[in-house]
Amino acid sequence: MNKTGAQILVESLLAEGVDTIFGYPGGAVLPIYDALYDADLRHILTRHEQGAAHAADGYARASGKPGVCLATSGPGATNLVTGIANAYMDSVPMVAITGQVPTSLLGRDSFQEADITGITLPITKHNYLVKDVKDLARTVREAFYIATTGRPGPVLIDIPRDVSAGMAEYEDPGPVQLPGYHIKLEPDPEQVTRAVRAIEESERPVIYAGGGVINGGAHEELLRLAEMLLAPVATTLMGLGGFPGNHPLSVGMLGMHGSKYANYAVCECDLLIGVGVRFDDRVTSKIEEFAPNATVIHIDIDPAEIGKNVGVDIPVVGDVRCSLRKIIERLQPRLESRWRDKIFNWKKEYPIEYVENGRLKPQEVIQEIYNVTRGNVRVATDVGQHQMWAAHYYSYDRPRTFITSGGLGTMGFGFPAALGVQVACPDENVVCISGDGSFQMNSQELATAVHYNLPVKVAIINNGYLGMVRQWQELFYNRRYAYTEITGPDFVKLAEAYGAAGMRVTKKSEIREAMEEALRIPKPVVIDFPIEREENVLPMVPPGEPINKMLG
Amino acid sequence: MRHTLAVLVENNPGVLARVAGLFSRRGFNIDSLAVGRTENPDVSRMTIVVEGDARVLEQVTKQLHKLVDVIKINDITADEYVDRELVLIKVNVDPAQRGEVMQIADVFRARIVDLGRKTLTLECTGNDGKINAFEESLRPYGIKELVRTGKIAMLRGSKYTGLQDNGARDE
Amino acid sequence: MEITVAEALVKCLEQEQVEVIFGYPGGAILPVYDALYHSSIRHVLVRHEQGAVHAADGYARATGKVGVVMATSGPGATNLVTGIANAYMDSVPLVLFTGQVPTSQVGTDAFQEVDITGITMPVTKHNYLVKDAAQLPRIVRNAFHIASTGRPGPVLIDIPKDVAQTVIDFKYPEMVQLRGYKPTYRGHPNKIAEAARLIAASERPVIYAGGGIINSRASQELLALAETINAPVTNTFMGLSSFPGDHPLFLGMLGLHGTRAANLAVTNCDLLIALGARFDDRVTGKITEFAPNAGVIHVDIDPAEIGKNVQVHVPIVGDVKQVLQELLARLEKRNDTRWLEQIQAWKEQYPLAYRRDDGELKPQYVVEKLYEITRGDAVVATDVGQHQMWVAQYYRFKRPGSLISSGGLGTMGFGLPAAVGAQIGLPGERVILVTGDGSIQMTMQELATAVEQELPLKIIILNNYSLGMVRQLQQLYCEGRYIAVDFKFHPDFELLARAYGIRGYTLRTEKDVDDLLPGALEAPGAVLVNCLVSAAENVNPIVPAGKSISEAIDC
Repeated sequence: MNKTGAQILVESLLAEGVDTIFGYPGGAVLPIYDALYDADLRHILTRHEQGAAHAADGYARASGKPGVCLATSGPGATNLVTGIANAYMDSVPMVAITGQVPTSLLGRDSFQEADITGITLPITKHNYLVKDVKDLARTVREAFYIATTGRPGPVLIDIPRDVSAGMAEYEDPGPVQLPGYHIKLEPDPEQVTRAVRAIEESERPVIYAGGGVINGGAHEELLRLAEMLLAPVATTLMGLGGFPGNHPLSVGMLGMHGSKYANYAVCECDLLIGVGVRFDDRVTSKIEEFAPNATVIHIDIDPAEIGKNVGVDIPVVGDVRCSLRKIIERLQPRLESRWRDKIFNWKKEYPIEYVENGRLKPQEVIQEIYNVTRGNVRVATDVGQHQMWAAHYYSYDRPRTFITSGGLGTMGFGFPAALGVQVACPDENVVCISGDGSFQMNSQELATAVHYNLPVKVAIINNGYLGMVRQWQELFYNRRYAYTEITGPDFVKLAEAYGAAGMRVTKKSEIREAMEEALRIPKPVVIDFPIEREENVLPMVPPGEPINKMLG
Repeated sequence: MRHTLAVLVENNPGVLARVAGLFSRRGFNIDSLAVGRTENPDVSRMTIVVEGDARVLEQVTKQLHKLVDVIKINDITADEYVDRELVLIKVNVDPAQRGEVMQIADVFRARIVDLGRKTLTLECTGNDGKINAFEESLRPYGIKELVRTGKIAMLRGSKYTGLQDNGARDE
Repeated sequence: MEITVAEALVKCLEQEQVEVIFGYPGGAILPVYDALYHSSIRHVLVRHEQGAVHAADGYARATGKVGVVMATSGPGATNLVTGIANAYMDSVPLVLFTGQVPTSQVGTDAFQEVDITGITMPVTKHNYLVKDAAQLPRIVRNAFHIASTGRPGPVLIDIPKDVAQTVIDFKYPEMVQLRGYKPTYRGHPNKIAEAARLIAASERPVIYAGGGIINSRASQELLALAETINAPVTNTFMGLSSFPGDHPLFLGMLGLHGTRAANLAVTNCDLLIALGARFDDRVTGKITEFAPNAGVIHVDIDPAEIGKNVQVHVPIVGDVKQVLQELLARLEKRNDTRWLEQIQAWKEQYPLAYRRDDGELKPQYVVEKLYEITRGDAVVATDVGQHQMWVAQYYRFKRPGSLISSGGLGTMGFGLPAAVGAQIGLPGERVILVTGDGSIQMTMQELATAVEQELPLKIIILNNYSLGMVRQLQQLYCEGRYIAVDFKFHPDFELLARAYGIRGYTLRTEKDVDDLLPGALEAPGAVLVNCLVSAAENVNPIVPAGKSISEAIDC
């Protein structure tokens, strides 16, 4: 039967199991929205396309399913750019669909025309400009396949208006055929053997686990590996939740704002097992002195990550879960480990801590949120100091419970992402930990939250500064606070203007009660926490220093 | 060190932009790049000469592989291969010197493709070394214009860089 | 002088007489911010980088100066993309500085790394990644030159953090040297003479004037041309305000939502004089029936625009102002009035109109009132959508450059930050933002910037509780199957304004408008006026997709 391109698109989305789309309409996507009118798909209208992209991203991170966002041509498409780049850096499966001007007007600077495939070349796993309606079904199939397999990432499909309005026969395109796209799931047996041998020979192993553990669904295997080796597990920011944060072998986060004991462990280990990580600069700092005495095993699905930043002794390219299983099945559990005991001592000796002084401290806000929620909520954060405190003072015990912008570090991600998380997990509580700077970036999505009754609880860690930048200015620029002081609206009144609930907490003793009340209120809640203004995130590795040379 | 990569890509619009963009954003240096279609109209072949040590090369190859439109990459530097480049050179020649220049052309098996009142345009193919030598020998006459295609290359013997296995022997 | 690149950059900006920078700090741009700390250049801290680039854009449009933007790497840079594309489409001079990760980390997917030069290649006039610190002064010099000359546009400079910290021997280059960039300002005399002949021979000329008139400050010449040859003038959306809105020769806007008089004049003219315009699809409608019987003179500084969409009989590449001056010297006064009589008849037969008898507050009424109160003398910024078209139709602009709006990209969310920039550029003038309920929400956080900068902005929301333009299109093309256009939920804009410390009003009737709007516009400080207008109102006339502009309908 002949269908319009838009109808074919909708059929294809349904065939891929899509149930929710985050989007914003416009002229060039008009035929697509018209097809959505009849479709059994939930459409969430955001208030800015950036919100749609981040919400789709949050949805994907929480559910493991690809997030889908839809926008019109021109500004609609360019407004997705930050969200796409964000998903790209954090390997989030996302399919972004954009309208485009009719093919006859392409390349003529037409109204609302932007070369979005050109623009997004550097930040998509792949992208398509569909010029023939007959290619549409196959393109959508490929896009979802590419977005979700191997190392996941965003794929963009740009659809000119005449293509979505054009007619074609819809046929299921069948399995994907992409000669240029290979995924290696099974690791090379020889590398597995080498890895096993290196592990057996090691005395001081450290597991360095990243987002790949979560993407690869390998958290159980990771736990087994750690327990068999009695090896401490340090996670990256992206890896939080991939290993239970309250497990004795957890040493928390490593790197620039890692725990001292995690960084010491890495510096003194004789074997570093990198699992789904990429040796990012925020982790390694001075790269020559990162794990200087260690044999390095690097397990990752993306061969291009191996050897990109550091030399690797034993590369294991393959699916992380599959690779870990192959390794684990050949290991003997250890019963004793002096190394583990040493780590335990460090944990006692160098806890992450802060000084109480009667003023409201961000750390205690996060701690109390943890105490109230007992780790049983999904936490989304924005970017900055509050993000690091949320990494330090909240314990994530399950994968996909900590949703944060790691690689791109996108202020403004948190709140729309939290909405996406809430859509994906309607029966769970979602807490967005944000800052006053970050929250302002996409505060318009309060309307979306109220419109769809997504009862996200937003905790604004409000210090009246772009705090992380201010901290750098304090430490490295002689306290010259150039343009980092920032004002904002009265967040309580702002929430109320949207019909959400607003609260303000100024004392430590009030945090718990406010949080409990917020969780009882069946609608979005914004809690403003005016905190000690010049509190710093510590410990901290100054730029260019090895990770065991920490401040604080 | 310089490496010669034979890269098979889907003959899709924008594929050149994808490859060029990758080199620029990853900070890889391209010495030359030549592209054209192959025996299969759906597939184009790029010959990329790139400067860098083994680690750079490894990254170049792996990052190129991540482009969905890139089908196959073969670093043929260490193999036996034939490489050719074409150059067009326009030289200033007054009639008296014409003979000399034509002799040089002979030595390099170059051809004269155009004749002006005071100029000669020559075409020469060969590998890097030959083309450079040809250019040097014409330099004294005054080169008005010079254009090179960039290198293309092919493995010798029965090895080939085809859609099937890398360097497979067709036996 | 031995200084760091960051300090050199600030010196360059001072040399270029930059007075204000719109920006948002972050890690990679920190060295530059530290250098700014000591400078007298004003820095306006926005609440989202998109706000910075739109504000700089509004500033540039309002003042004619180059708008300057500063942002950090990664998300800071990508948040600029829409604003850059917007400035690119409307030929607005901007110079944007982004921080980048240190050179040693470029290409490694480092924290907050994106390839912003790659990303912005399709939407900048030019861009640079500074790898050699010593080149920075030359690059800045070139960037300002490229951004502000020829057909203006945005230029981006990406500066790795280590480069910003490198010490160089600073000297600001006096000369610009660019082998590949030489705009043509003087039109070819033969072509100008040919144009003069064509004009003299024509019986039914129409002047079709675009944003190029405003960019080249050629309004006086445009007026002189129109009055000399007695030709009616129609403006593109971008051209509005370049010709007095109350002048008898003015036809109003042409194209998709143009006046019928303008569209009929173009369709029936025998000579179309296109000045600084680009025959955009929104203007031409069905292109084969656009000015079908006319000879076409096309004056533009960008040679690539000529012949891009339509065939041109007399192409003149040059600065519109200079070309018009030379052309005027060759023209004689024309007094043939038959064509003007026909035009007048069309104007009388097809005035812009809307119904007022149904008891609802009409958005057009608000705009008309606004015109009345301000006498066409305010700087009006708009967002994108129906309200934008109503401003174009019902506000008669008097002063060149007094309409600040997103034409080519059609960026919802442009209005508020652009108005902020315009008000900063024109501190003594009345700047009014007319926006919609969808658009204002896109970049509403900049209310905090307006308050922090103590700007007396007047914000008027024509609130129809929907994405009205898309709703109108769904009514017209999708048989009224409305989806994702009705905002079932809105904030209370008056309360919202108050959350930011801004005075808020809600107007529901014509009487409210009559009684309260004048006072709201006179009130000190920033003011937000929420006008609850008829939800079903459409922008009329409209040329249906694929039709000739002479076939406009009312829907």
